[in-house]
Amino acid sequence: MIASPAQTPEAKVAYDARWQRVMDCVNLKQPDRLPIGMQPTFWLAKYGNITCRQLMYDYDKTAEIAARAIQEFEPDCHSPMFLATASGRALEALDFKQLQWPGHGVGDNQPFQYLDAEYMKGDEYAEYLEDPTGYYFRRYLPRVAGVFEGFEELPSFSSLYYTRLVLGMRAFARPKVRQALERVMKAAEESERLFNLHVAFEERMAALGYPASYMYSSISPYDYIADYFRGAKQIMTDLFRRKDKLLEMLEKVRVSITRSTIEAVKASGNPFVFIPTHWAPDTFMSDQQFTTYWWPPFRQMLIDLIDAGIIPIPMWESDCTKRLEHIADIPAGKCVYWFERTDMVKAFEVLGDVVALRGNLSPSMMTTGTPAEVDAAVKHLVDNVFNKGGKLILDCAFGIPDETPVENVRAMFDAARRYGG
Amino acid sequence: MALDEAALVNAIADMDEDAALRLSREALDQGFDPQRILDLCRAAMDIVGARFEKNEYFLPELMMAGEMLEQIGAMVKPLLMDDSDGEAAGPVVLIGTVAGDLHDIGKNIVTFMLEVNGFKVVDLGIDVPIQTFVDTVRDLKPAVIGLSGFLTLAFDAMKDTVAAIEQAGLRDGLKIMIGGGQVDETVRSYTGADAFGLNAMAAVSLCQGWIGTAKAA
Repeated sequence: MIASPAQTPEAKVAYDARWQRVMDCVNLKQPDRLPIGMQPTFWLAKYGNITCRQLMYDYDKTAEIAARAIQEFEPDCHSPMFLATASGRALEALDFKQLQWPGHGVGDNQPFQYLDAEYMKGDEYAEYLEDPTGYYFRRYLPRVAGVFEGFEELPSFSSLYYTRLVLGMRAFARPKVRQALERVMKAAEESERLFNLHVAFEERMAALGYPASYMYSSISPYDYIADYFRGAKQIMTDLFRRKDKLLEMLEKVRVSITRSTIEAVKASGNPFVFIPTHWAPDTFMSDQQFTTYWWPPFRQMLIDLIDAGIIPIPMWESDCTKRLEHIADIPAGKCVYWFERTDMVKAFEVLGDVVALRGNLSPSMMTTGTPAEVDAAVKHLVDNVFNKGGKLILDCAFGIPDETPVENVRAMFDAARRYGG
Repeated sequence: MALDEAALVNAIADMDEDAALRLSREALDQGFDPQRILDLCRAAMDIVGARFEKNEYFLPELMMAGEMLEQIGAMVKPLLMDDSDGEAAGPVVLIGTVAGDLHDIGKNIVTFMLEVNGFKVVDLGIDVPIQTFVDTVRDLKPAVIGLSGFLTLAFDAMKDTVAAIEQAGLRDGLKIMIGGGQVDETVRSYTGADAFGLNAMAAVSLCQGWIGTAKAA
C-alpha cells in the first residue's frame, strides 16, 4: 500500500474498503461486494479523445486522463495506467528496438506492438549460461536498445582482477563505449522522470482513495526466454533441438527473475505483482512439454514469491483449460489467477478453493457488443461464479480492449454494482 | 541402397530431425527420385496433422515439422527436373495480417499447413492495407481469403477489408476466413467473414470444405 500524506480521512476509509475487498478475495473470504479491476492501456486515448501517440508522449495529458478515468469509474484496484502508456519519451531516449510504437513504426492512433525476433542466437546459450551479465552487456543490450551500441567492446568483467583491472579498463576510453555511456546516462534521466511521474501519479490516486492493483510486473522463466531472447519460432524448435540448454537456462533465469521481482515488489510498497503469461495456453505445447519446461520453474517462482510475502497475479493468456489441474498445485489463498479466454466457471470449479479469480469479459463482446450484452455477461459471471462463492475480481479478459466503446465500460461497472453489490 | 521410406516418414512424423535429414540426404546422394522424397514428406505431414487434430501434437511440432520440410525442400529443389517445385496448381488461398497489426506467427503457421496440404497460398505479409487485399483479389481471383490478426484493432480492420472487397464487387463466390488472437464467433459475425478458425488445422479443414482436397486435384 502506498502511504500518502495527503490522504483525507474519507479517502482513507474508501481506500481501505477497496483494498479490503481485493484482499478478502485473495484470502478466500467473501468480500462485501464484487470488486472491480480496471486495466486500460490505449483505451485511455479513446476515453480522453486523444491519439495513442499523445498518450505515449504527453505526460500531463495522460496523467489527467488516467486520473479522470479512475475517478469516474472508481475501480477497487487499477493498473499503473500512467506507466503503461506514457513511455514514449523513455523508449525514444533508449532507442528501444523491441517495440514499435506510434511515430516509430506504427501510426499515431495505433497501440505499441512487440517485435518478435531472435534476440539471442541458438548457439549463444552456452555463452549466456557461463556469464549472463557479460552476455547482457556485450550481446543482448546492444541488440535491444540503441543506446547500448558500443557495449560490444566492453571487456569480460571476470578477466579484470588485481593489476589486470588497471589495463583492462582501458575499454571504457574507447570512443564507442564513451558514446554509449553518455547516451545511457541521458536515457536513464528520462526513465527516471517517467518512473517518478508514475510514482507521483499513484500516490495521488492513493490519496484520493484508489489502490493500485500492483506496481510491478514480472514474467515466467519460460516466457522470459521465449519472448525476449529466442523468439517464437526458435523457442518452439528448441524444445526438440536444445532441450538440455533450455532447461539449464530456465533454472538460471528462474533464480534471477525471482530475486529481482522480490526486490522490486518490496521496494514498491505494494505486495502484488502482475505476471502476464504467454506460452502456457493449451495449444501452445503438450501437457508433457508444459510439465517439463513451463510449469515447474514458474511454480517454484510463485512459491518463492509467496514465501517472500508477495501476492502474484499470473494472467493466464488465451485458453488454459487443460492446465487448470496443474496450476492448482500452489498454496491456497495466496494468489490471484487472472484468466483471459479460459471459461471462468470451469476455472472456478477447479480453482475456487485455491485462488482468487480475475477477469474475464471477452474482448470481442466488449469491443463489438452492446451495453446490454455487457450487462448480461457480467450477470453471468456474478450468478455462476461470485454468487456461488467464487472470489472473483471482475475485469475484462486482458484489461479494457483499446477499441471498447466508453458506454460498454460504463455498462460493465454499472452491472458489477447492480448484480455484485 | 534403397531408401527405407517408412523410416523417413516416421522420422519426420516423430520429430527426429537428425534422422529425417540424414535419410533424405543419403537417398538423394544415391539418386533416389527427389519428387518421391517430397511425396513422403507430405505423407509424414498427414500424420503430423492428424496427431495435431487428436491433441497429441501442438504448435511446437508443427513448427518443427516445418523446419524439417524446409531443409529437405532445399536439398530436393536443385534436383527436380522441372521448376514447379511440386507447387500446387488450382485455387489460390490469399492470406495476410490485416492493416495495423504486425503479428505473423499464427499466419505463418497457417500458411505452412495450407501449403503442405497442397494449397497454393499467396501470403501478403503483415499490416496489409485494405486496398492491397482488394487489388490482389481482383488480380489473382483467389477462392479463399484468410485474414489474420492478433490485436483487437484487427476486428475493425477485418470488417473494413471484407466490406471493401464487397464494395469492389468481388465478394461473390469468395470465401473469407479469419483467425488469430481473440477471434471468435462474435468477431466473425461483426466482420462479415464466412468462418473463423482457432488453429492452423481449422484453416485447412475450412479450405478443404470450400474448395476440395487440394492434394487430390
